[in-house]
Amino acid sequence: MKTLDLGPLSLARGGHLALRRALSSLADGESLRLSGAEPELLVHARGLARRWSCPFREAGADAILGPPTAARWAGAERAGHAGPQGAVDHPPAHWGLAARGAAVEAGSPAFHFALDQRDEVWSDDAGRLYLQAAAAQWDPATIVDWSLPVELPAEVEDAVVQVMTFLIENETAALVVPARFCAQVHPHFREVMQVLAIQAADEARHIEVFTRRALLRRPAPGLSTAGGQASLQTLVDEPDFAMASFLLSVLGEGSFLSLLRFLDQHAPDPITATICRLSATDEARHVAFGLSHLERHAAHDATLLDRLAAAVEARHGALQHTAGLNEEVFDALVLVAAGGWSPAELQRGWDAVVALQTEMHAGRQVRLRRLGFSEEEATRLSGLHTRNFM
Amino acid sequence: MRPFVLGAVAYDPKVVTIWDGFKLFFEERGLPFDYVLFHNYERQVEAHFAGMIDVAWNSPLAWVHTERAAPSRGRIARAVVMRDSDQDLTSVVVVRTEDPARVPADLAGRRLGVGAADSPQAAIIPQWSLAQAGLDLSRTTIVRHDVLLGKHGDHVGGERVAAQALLRGEVDAACMIDSNLLALHADGTLPAGSVRVLHTTAPYDHCNFTVLDGVDEATLARFNILLLGMSWDDPTVRRLMDLEGLKAWRVGRLSGYASLQAACTLLGV
Ligand SMILES: [Fe+2]
Ligand SMILES: [Fe+2]
Repeated sequence: MKTLDLGPLSLARGGHLALRRALSSLADGESLRLSGAEPELLVHARGLARRWSCPFREAGADAILGPPTAARWAGAERAGHAGPQGAVDHPPAHWGLAARGAAVEAGSPAFHFALDQRDEVWSDDAGRLYLQAAAAQWDPATIVDWSLPVELPAEVEDAVVQVMTFLIENETAALVVPARFCAQVHPHFREVMQVLAIQAADEARHIEVFTRRALLRRPAPGLSTAGGQASLQTLVDEPDFAMASFLLSVLGEGSFLSLLRFLDQHAPDPITATICRLSATDEARHVAFGLSHLERHAAHDATLLDRLAAAVEARHGALQHTAGLNEEVFDALVLVAAGGWSPAELQRGWDAVVALQTEMHAGRQVRLRRLGFSEEEATRLSGLHTRNFM
Repeated sequence: MRPFVLGAVAYDPKVVTIWDGFKLFFEERGLPFDYVLFHNYERQVEAHFAGMIDVAWNSPLAWVHTERAAPSRGRIARAVVMRDSDQDLTSVVVVRTEDPARVPADLAGRRLGVGAADSPQAAIIPQWSLAQAGLDLSRTTIVRHDVLLGKHGDHVGGERVAAQALLRGEVDAACMIDSNLLALHADGTLPAGSVRVLHTTAPYDHCNFTVLDGVDEATLARFNILLLGMSWDDPTVRRLMDLEGLKAWRVGRLSGYASLQAACTLLGV
């Protein structure tokens, strides 16, 4: 018979851990003699034995216990393996919120995560991109000196405010879309869930800094157009993760990367330049994740590229009767890049915005080619992308 | 086929979850089943004799009441199935650690805090057991903590209130089930080292499924077989068994009710 002497330790003050450990080491039919100096040893041992369904009898001042008759962990299964290569292709619904690699008790409730196929969401880059994002979080309060004097010509300040207003509603779409899919990804794909969560957090910061800049010298933001919102609505309403990711991250945020770098380069004040530059570094990660999981998805699903192409065409069709990039935003970008009203400044601003659009088109084609589209198809699809940039 | 109707007392909202779960369990296995909830055990015992229910999920006191009333009504009561956790409970009488009392007789002239007056585990059996061990109950002030009277102490409330009264010095001793002493330590109601056990009762049994003569024996047999066949290792029924607080069902036995019967006689309940 095995023995356990608890000495002065009470079963009501942590001693139950030692008892459970000793009982779990018993083979069937084996028993344990429990002794101790604590006067309530038998009272507590009897209560615990009943709770754990263990045979129990008294033997003088000691208790004799047997192993539990019911084994909670019989039938438990491992939810894949903990490491980055440990995700399975199709995690079952009842693995639920369990840590990857945990032993999941049989009978755990089923959770309905719509994105539960590895091929739909996985990227081997996700873990690395998440760590990179976590390390690159910047503090909007301290990253620029918000008390710097910003004294621009009134119309140039108005143009900056209009561009910020445009950015804010685009960033909001870029927050809502990954946030929604984040809640649909099976948590077994932990790194994907984390990447989407921190992407949404990035967008929250972008919204904050663009809002602060908009309100720095003006009491209210600028104009929000019906056409701009209609374009973004097609993103927010897209129910398919691959389609939404393609339209938002590859095409939209890809184009935004060029726009934010343009604003960094041409901004009339250092605050605007800094916040656009920092946001662009975040956007580069968003684009990288979109590209990497879609590239993997396309390699496993021969129909994906055709479906992505169809999504661009459908969106183009839905938006062709809207005005495209609104005049207010276009003109504001020209004026921001011009920085003043002289003919030379205006012409420079105009040229810069035209160059920006060319650059966006070229960048989209490079990314489309990386996903596996032919050169011709990449050119055609990039041309169909919304004139609203995002 | 007429459903087999069970009676149970609604001592907690989870009772609905439990018996809805059992209804599904029985019906999926071909036994039409229904249940009726009662506010208190006295009403349930009466309804049982009146034929409203086929089987009663009875507290030990409701069992004793049914068993006692049966002969005068020309009826025979049987306890058919019980939980593993209904067998071999003990109750303890605790005092504050620094209290001078060393044996039950030392509580004479003092205040004994009990749970609800109709709680076998927190009032009836401990009083009888203390008397057996030498306490003169007529010289002891019994302070009742009547949380949910009629539920026979199924709710831990009365035991917790008695324990709190003990710590505040409003009573000199408090009664509870052995496992509730652990639970009240664990939830912080009784800080470690604040109380010690003065007296422990002999083991006794708790609830059972009670039937009366005239029950449809074939249906009852099916009911018993399905219950006894439930395995806690089967994840589809584990949740139900966890809710009802058991790991396995046991065939009913009557050996564990002697102290409660004697206590009821002594206390006139
Ligand atoms: Fe952003
Ligand atoms: Fe983004």
